[in-house]
Amino acid sequence: MSVVNFAGVSKRFEGESQGYAVKDLDLSIAPGELVAVVGKTGCGKSTMFNLLIGLIAPSAGEIRVLGCNPFADFDALAGKISVVFQNDRLLPWRSALENVAYGLELRHVARERRLAVGRDWLKRLGLEAHQDKYPHSLSGGMRQRVSIARAFATDPEILLCDEPFSALDELTGASLRSEFRRLVQETHKTGVFVTHSIREAMDIGDRILVFCAPGHVAAEFSLPASLRELGEEGLKQRILEVMGGTGA
Amino acid sequence: MRLRKEPIISGLVLIGLWQVASLFFPPFLFPSVLAIGRDLLAILTQGDLVVGALATSARILGGMAGAFLVGGAIGLWMGRSTTFERYIHPLLIFNQGIPALSWVVISIIWFKSTEFRIWFIILMTTLPAFAFQIHDSYRAISKDLIEMAMSFRPSKWDMVRTLIWPSILPGIMTAWKVNLGNVSRVVVVAELVGAGIGVGYELLQRQQLFDMAGAIAWTLVLVLFVVVTQGLVTLLESHFLRYRPTSERQL
Repeated sequence: MSVVNFAGVSKRFEGESQGYAVKDLDLSIAPGELVAVVGKTGCGKSTMFNLLIGLIAPSAGEIRVLGCNPFADFDALAGKISVVFQNDRLLPWRSALENVAYGLELRHVARERRLAVGRDWLKRLGLEAHQDKYPHSLSGGMRQRVSIARAFATDPEILLCDEPFSALDELTGASLRSEFRRLVQETHKTGVFVTHSIREAMDIGDRILVFCAPGHVAAEFSLPASLRELGEEGLKQRILEVMGGTGA
Repeated sequence: MRLRKEPIISGLVLIGLWQVASLFFPPFLFPSVLAIGRDLLAILTQGDLVVGALATSARILGGMAGAFLVGGAIGLWMGRSTTFERYIHPLLIFNQGIPALSWVVISIIWFKSTEFRIWFIILMTTLPAFAFQIHDSYRAISKDLIEMAMSFRPSKWDMVRTLIWPSILPGIMTAWKVNLGNVSRVVVVAELVGAGIGVGYELLQRQQLFDMAGAIAWTLVLVLFVVVTQGLVTLLESHFLRYRPTSERQL
């Protein structure tokens, strides 16, 4: 039983001259699996991501997330999906704590309860001393930590991440990556992690899906089996070949 | 809030220049500062005159509230519906071209009630500015933040309460500050259409009596109201928009 299932999904935008953003996409993700989706810029990763969240509808094919159509049954997935975006997307008029509690507020969780949960998540991410600060007074890394806390705070079944560490410096990105992986494992979430970094995909994923334009899975690698078979450099090389279109 | 010395100095210079002019010209052209001060004090302390000043203030706030509600609704609706925007935008532009005096004439012909005439004139002259400013604020809401909020699947009301309202609030504050100055000018014209009380009415009386001190004093009452109200809006702004970053270095 998969929690995410794409069957023959295609997406073509109105007035788009270059054709499909996603074409004949098939993929499925099992409960508790952390799947890294890697691909070059413009290969359709973000379109797949928006289809998965339910922000856009497929032109063809069927998407099921926890048994629901994420676009047509939009409200049915309330509280079951959380997203960490490429940029932090914090509400500038809310403190760090109020931002973390935002998803819970939209679920109408009582104020005391949601602030307690928010404080707990800020503590887990080492930001308890900054809970009353507004986003503009936090560093980029801290802001992204707040957005990760916001995503975990609603205790979703599925966690979706769209290149969340790509705007951070290498050290901050690496540190957040390992924290993120630890938190996903601790909380037993199903995760989809979109990235353009092969290194990041290998660090994060239980499985790596290699995307090629127009948005389809060109190859997939299970970890750590593929690492044992090919070695770190070999796997990286293989992924690069697939992304470059020279092999699968 | 620290009181700055510059506005006090420039105010004192203006008063000084006026006083000097009053020494060389007759009182119906440049009355002394003392005479103006006496009239101002009378307006602020004598019951019937206070009522006149308050009537104008109430008309300004009432008219602006109406224009804000109607213009705000139009602005938000334009933001939500491109079709509606296509129909209503040209009408708002058309309205902006109509002088306040034309609305005065139209309202005299259309309506019997003086208070409604004044309210209608303020409404029609201020509505487009509120509509445009709130429409712009709505359009400027970050697409990133909308997607973020939508990912939590909120209800429409929660979306308005937690994202749309805080996003357009700075625009609303600016609209009130800008329109307050405009309305204070329009209301005086509107009060000429048969009002028996208010700053416009009093100015008309002073003009007929060639009473410059009284005219200046009543003008100052209006200015005082605008300054105090602007101060209140600024206080609200500094509370509600306290999250906004400030830079130590000015542009």
